[in-house]
Amino acid sequence: MDGAEILLECLKREGVDAFFGISGGAILPIYDALGKQQDIWSILTRHEQGAGHMAEGYARATGRVGTCIGTSGPGATNLVTAITDAYMDSTPTVFFSGQVATPNIGKDAFQECDMYGITMPIVKHSYLLKRTADIPRVIKEAYHIARSGRPGPVLVDIPKDVSEGIFGGEFVYPETVNLRGYNPETPAADEQIKAAAKLIAEAKQPVLYVGNGINAADAADELLAFAEWINCPVTTTLLGRGAFPGGHALALDMLGMHGTAYANWAIHESDLIIALGVRFDDRVTGNPKAWAPNAKVIHVDIDRAELGKIRFAQVPIWGDVKTVIKQLQGATSPKNHAEWNERLDKWKADAPLTYEKTGHLKPQFILEELQKATDGEAIMTTDVGQHQMWAAQYYHPKRTRSFITSGGLGTMGYGYPAAIGAKVGCIMGHRPDVDVWCITGDGSFQMNIQELATGVIYDIPVKVAVLNNSSLGMVRQWQKLFYSKRWSGIDLTKCPDFEKIAQAYSATGVTITHEDEVADAIREAQKNPGTVVLNFLTDKEEDVFPMIPGGKTVHDLVIDGSGRKVRVGGGFQDEAPALEGAQAALSTATSGESVSEWNDDLKSGEVKI
Amino acid sequence: MNNNGNSSSGTVVSNVPPQSPDVLMQNGVPTIISAAGVNVMSGDEKLHTISILVENRPGVLARVAHVFARRGFNLESLAVSRTEDHTVSRITVVVAGDDAAFTQIGNQLFKLIDVIKVIDHTRDNLVGRELALIKVRADNAQTRAEIAQIAQLFKAKVVDTTTETLMLEVVGRGDKVDAVQKLLDQYEILELVRTGIIVLNRGEKQT
Repeated sequence: MDGAEILLECLKREGVDAFFGISGGAILPIYDALGKQQDIWSILTRHEQGAGHMAEGYARATGRVGTCIGTSGPGATNLVTAITDAYMDSTPTVFFSGQVATPNIGKDAFQECDMYGITMPIVKHSYLLKRTADIPRVIKEAYHIARSGRPGPVLVDIPKDVSEGIFGGEFVYPETVNLRGYNPETPAADEQIKAAAKLIAEAKQPVLYVGNGINAADAADELLAFAEWINCPVTTTLLGRGAFPGGHALALDMLGMHGTAYANWAIHESDLIIALGVRFDDRVTGNPKAWAPNAKVIHVDIDRAELGKIRFAQVPIWGDVKTVIKQLQGATSPKNHAEWNERLDKWKADAPLTYEKTGHLKPQFILEELQKATDGEAIMTTDVGQHQMWAAQYYHPKRTRSFITSGGLGTMGYGYPAAIGAKVGCIMGHRPDVDVWCITGDGSFQMNIQELATGVIYDIPVKVAVLNNSSLGMVRQWQKLFYSKRWSGIDLTKCPDFEKIAQAYSATGVTITHEDEVADAIREAQKNPGTVVLNFLTDKEEDVFPMIPGGKTVHDLVIDGSGRKVRVGGGFQDEAPALEGAQAALSTATSGESVSEWNDDLKSGEVKI
Repeated sequence: MNNNGNSSSGTVVSNVPPQSPDVLMQNGVPTIISAAGVNVMSGDEKLHTISILVENRPGVLARVAHVFARRGFNLESLAVSRTEDHTVSRITVVVAGDDAAFTQIGNQLFKLIDVIKVIDHTRDNLVGRELALIKVRADNAQTRAEIAQIAQLFKAKVVDTTTETLMLEVVGRGDKVDAVQKLLDQYEILELVRTGIIVLNRGEKQT
C-alpha cells in the first residue's frame, strides 16, 4: 500500500464518510486512491473555500469531524478563509493540503507555499508529514485533537512523495494517542460547583447566557432541563441559536448588538449571569465594563483561556459544559423566579421584534413565513450581513445544531457551501434528514455561488432564500446611520438575475416580488426535490433593529428606524437621537424608494446593468 | 465527552499524565502566572521570567513566539535548549507585561499542543545565569592589565588574547553582565554577545 491508500484507510477508521475538495498535482496520489475505493463519498467542489465551508457545515450539523482537501499552493491558500472560520467558531475539522515533494520544499517549486507556516496562527494544531510511516499516528492525533476539548481545525500538510511512498511493514491503526502536552478534559472542581450552586440559590434575577458550547457538547437537553429546574430565562448568542428551543416560555432569544431589547434588558438588570459555553464576544457585550453591571458571573467553558478573558467571573468553572450542567442541577434545588419572569414577559410583550409593514416585500416577513412553513424543524444556514441578523431574530430553531452561521470570522460566502455540507451530514445518516435552508443575501451568495454546480450535480438539495436588496445591506445600514448616508461601495446594481443563474446550473429559480407570493413560493420549494433558489426582491431601506452600536451599552439601544434611544424596560429617552446623523438620514430616506420600480423593471425585462 | 456521535471511530484514549502538581490552582482554575511581580516596569508592567517545556519538534518555537508576537509583546530575553530528556526542550523567556495580559498569554501557551508545561518564576527562588562574550580593544600593556583586573574582580575569564584585542567571558546574573559592560565602556568594546537568561529553581523544587 502507498501512503495515499494508508491515509484513506486511516480516515475510514476515523469514521470519515464524506470528503470535500479539489484535486491537483500534489494530491494526485490521494485522488487516485479515492478513485479506487467505495466507502468515502468524494465530493468535487468548484473552489477550495467551498470545500472548506462544506466540511464546516457537515461538522456543525452532525458533531462529526469535517474533512476537506486542497492541492498545494493556490489550492491550499484557498482553504485559509475556511480554516480561520473553523478556528473562530470552534468547528471540528481536519484540513489536508498537498505539498510539493520533500526534496523541493523551501525551493520555490511550482505550486509550493508554506501552508504549515501560513496557517500557524489559525489552527488548533498542524502537521507537516515528513514520512509515510508517520501517517497513521498523525491522522489519529489530528482527528483526536480536532474533536476533543474545544474543537477546532487541524491542518495536515502532505508532500507528494509522502503520499506516493510505499508504507513498509504491517498497517496497524493506533488505538490511543500520546500527547502529554494536551489535556483538554478535566472534571470540574467540586468546590466550584458548590460555589456556583450557592450563587444560584441566592440569585433573584438570574439569566442563562448560552452559546455554541452547548451545541458543540450536545448539551441542549441538559440545558433545557436545568433552565426549567431553576426556572431561569435563557438568552442565546448568535452561534447558540438552537441550543435552547425557540418559542419556549423561558426563551429570551438572541442578545447583543442586534439582539432583542428584552434579552439585553434582562442582562442589564440581572444579578447573576450563568454563562455556559460562551466567550463574551464584543458583539454581545459591546462595552464589557458596563455590561451586566449588577451581576455576578458563573462562567463554564471547556477552554480555560476563556475564563475571565473578557469579564471577571466570580465562579469560573473549567470543564465540559454537558457534565457541569448536570452537576449544577444535582447541586441546586428547584427555584421559582415568578416575579422576574413576569417582568420579562411584560418586556417581551411591550418590546417585541417588529418592523413596519409598508406593503413592500420585507425580509422579516419572509423569515416569519419560513418559520411558519418549517415550524423551526429545518436546518438553517446563513451568510453574513443583514439577512443573517434577521434569520437569527425571526427563525427559532427547535433543535440543537440547526442554526449554522459564521459568527466569529463573519465569512460572506459561508452559507451555501455550509448548507451543502449539512445536507451531506443528513444524507449520510448522521441526523434525521430534514430540509436544509440557506438564508443568504445577494452579496454573500455571489461569493461562493459556483457551488451551485456541486449541489446540483451530486443531488444535494438545498433551498436557498436570497434576500436580495441589491446592495451590501449591512454596510449600507452603517453608512446610513454613521456615515451621513454617503453610499460608497455598496451598490450591487441588480446584477445578476439569480433566477437565471439557478436555471443555468439546472436548479429551479423563482423570483418573488410581493408578500402574497412568499408562502406559495416557500411551499413549492419544500415540495421540490432538487436545489431551489428563491430570489426575494426585498426593500433595500429595511434595516436591522434593535441595535446597540459597537462598543456601546444597553443605554444606547435603538429599537427602530427613528434612531431614538430607549430606556431599559421601555419608553424613549428624552434626549437627542442615539446615532449621530441617524435622524437626518432617516428623514430623507424614502422607505422602499426603488424596490417597486425595480420590480417593474424586472417584470418588463428592462433590467439595466 | 465531545465524541459527538463519533462512536463509530472507537473510543479515543489519551495517554496523558495528570496535571502537574506544580501548577498553582486558584478557584479551580490553574493560575499559571502568579499575580505578584518582582521587577516593576512602567505602570502595571512587570518583568516575568517563565520556563516553557515543549516537545523537541520542528516548528514549536515559532508557535510559542507567535503567541507573544500577535499580542505585541517583545521578548526581552530568550534561551532555547535541550534538557535532561532528549524529547523535551526548555524555552526560557523574559517578557514585560501587565498581569492580566500575561495571564492570558500563559493560558494561550498552555493551549498549544506541543507545550507540556508553563512555569512562571516570579515567586521562585532561582539561580539565573547569563553568559556574555565581550571583545575589547587592548593594544597596550596598560589597558590589558586594567581589563584583566576588571575580569578578576567579576570572576570573568580571559578566553582570547591577541596583540590588539582581549575577549572576556562573563557568567552571572544579568546585572553583573551589565556592570562589566559598563566598566568596559571606557575602553573600546569591539563586539559583544549575550545569551538569554537561563534559570533553575534552587533545591528540590522542579523548574
